[in-house]
Amino acid sequence: MSRVKVFVPRETTACSVGADEVALEIAREAKKRGASVQLVRNGSWGACWLEPLVEVVQGEARIAYGNVEPGNVASLFEAGFLEGGAHDKRLGPINEIEFLATQERWTFWRCGLTEALSLDDFIAHQGFKALQKSWEIGADAVIHAVTESGLRGRGGAGFPTGIKWRTVADTKSDQKYIACNADEGDSGTFSDRMLMEGDPFGLIESLAVAGFAVGANKGYIYLRSEYPLTHAILSKAITAARDAGWLGRNIQSSGFDFDIELHVGAGSYVCGEETAMLESLEGKKGIVRYKPPLPAIEGLFGKPTVVNNVVTLASVPNIVNLGGERYAGMGANRSKGTLAFQLAGNIKRGGLVEKAFGVTLRELIENYGGGTASGRPVKAVQVGGPLGAYLGAEQLDTPMDYEAFIDIGAMIGHGGIVVFDDTADMAQQARFAMEFCAIESCGKCTPCRIGSTRGVEVIDRMIKGEKRDENYDLLVELCATMEDASLCAMGGMTPYPVRSILQHFADDFASGQEK
Amino acid sequence: MTEQAIDSKAVEEIVRRFDAKPEMLVQILVAVVNEHGWVSTDVIRQLANLLNLSRADVHGVVEYYHDFRTAPPNRHIVKVCQAEACQAMGSRALVAHAEAAESSDTTLEPVYCLGNCACAPAVMVDGKTYGRVSRERFDALLTAAREARS
Repeated sequence: MSRVKVFVPRETTACSVGADEVALEIAREAKKRGASVQLVRNGSWGACWLEPLVEVVQGEARIAYGNVEPGNVASLFEAGFLEGGAHDKRLGPINEIEFLATQERWTFWRCGLTEALSLDDFIAHQGFKALQKSWEIGADAVIHAVTESGLRGRGGAGFPTGIKWRTVADTKSDQKYIACNADEGDSGTFSDRMLMEGDPFGLIESLAVAGFAVGANKGYIYLRSEYPLTHAILSKAITAARDAGWLGRNIQSSGFDFDIELHVGAGSYVCGEETAMLESLEGKKGIVRYKPPLPAIEGLFGKPTVVNNVVTLASVPNIVNLGGERYAGMGANRSKGTLAFQLAGNIKRGGLVEKAFGVTLRELIENYGGGTASGRPVKAVQVGGPLGAYLGAEQLDTPMDYEAFIDIGAMIGHGGIVVFDDTADMAQQARFAMEFCAIESCGKCTPCRIGSTRGVEVIDRMIKGEKRDENYDLLVELCATMEDASLCAMGGMTPYPVRSILQHFADDFASGQEK
Repeated sequence: MTEQAIDSKAVEEIVRRFDAKPEMLVQILVAVVNEHGWVSTDVIRQLANLLNLSRADVHGVVEYYHDFRTAPPNRHIVKVCQAEACQAMGSRALVAHAEAAESSDTTLEPVYCLGNCACAPAVMVDGKTYGRVSRERFDALLTAAREARS
């Protein structure tokens, strides 16, 4: 009897709800029954609501079983799940699950599909094809393709990637660097993590392509400390790539040298800001730098540095393979290509949805997300992390593109979508926005350092009902000062969530008696 | 995790692992905290010497990052996510529950996002992340952690 392949994700979310225990139980049960099973640890497909999601390979198909608990395993064997047998947990072929089937996977196409830590499986799925093609077409053509694709920084700022790469390539220096920002601190976002856990070799290849394009022989990945499993997976992948000659000197006899150093953060949100991250990579406090000089000219250790988010970099291999034009053909307005949206918070079907820009918030929340987990009406949606605006239910038809969001005083950021139902107290969320800024401010500029603390105090007075109108005006003025005078987005954008709450949910401040 | 002084030989070994490069200070401190639980004033002094930095430099970095504890933690480290996605799923009540459950063998620390936002609320116990954590599940996780490392 040939061995039956069974996929069980090794990914933070899946493991947070029991995937390791399920894998263990499947191995144990198979042994007990004398069944021949080959357990494969893939990444997650991003259908987090179905985790742990187990798949059994049947010919060409992969039959999915969702929300499997260790206690279900014996009955799954009983039901003949190794032959795709019927069971309450059976969902059918993975590629027919609507949540996944209707996505446009450009960057995340290998996530879930492949065994995350198998270099052979990676190579069998077009792995290192883009790097090899880069060597053929040359650095200039790679940068041209990235520029043509219209790819913009997926970390949140949306800066055109091609321009950044061109600047670094054109800056003369004895040493250049690639610094990959994996300090995914925004609440409601997990796409960087899913990519690193599900396709670690894909990120390694992406850094190498970037390095080749701009003339850098060293890359850094700055990974947040809250992702210990990601660290374990990425470390193994880097070592495996090095051992196989895909990192290091003279990669695959191409004459190209490139290596990666993995750094871990230490719990500072501001270190996700690019210059604070560079400071931290240099071993210092993560304090924001003045710009200019831009990191592309004077970055890490004063050398020209490409600072890109994980998803930005990981979008590049397919741009090299398929052409920039193809990527630019997706999306809306000046927001080209796809974004990995992340459905989080109070949502029935939470997870990762990679779609072309232009999809509306409503399509994502209702069609993909199935509404709130509680079944109650949606009250507010925070898009783009703790510095993003809260949108009201009446704004759900806004298309997801950078410009449309700027027009309504919001931002897409890193694509995180956090849903709140009608029990949410938005005055508390406004207070939290200021409080979070006070906790995480690096302290370099006054509006952020002091303004955030004053903001908490003003909001507390409003909640208590003390001189509400006067304090309202004060808060509006404080928000303007923080936005105009802060050094980086931390203080500069904390007003976004606060103001959006004043605008859409002012009633939530009115609970206390006016004094 | 130990409440005893951190062995200076062990710190030396960590510094050597990073080639005693001062620019690796953050990484060295990450390793110290992962392996010994906290950073003592003795360690700060020792790192300053070994890396040829001022004590103020090292102290500043230690103070800056939330992860660098300056007091020894208790046996079990429990972090309840307090960021927005978890708030939307009732993490404020879970934090209150966790605070009430705090005891001499646990150290409760805030964390702002564990990246498990689609299965909120999320909790980290002794370095492992858990999702869909109700109060009952929280209690069960703590019991299991105590059984695993008592």
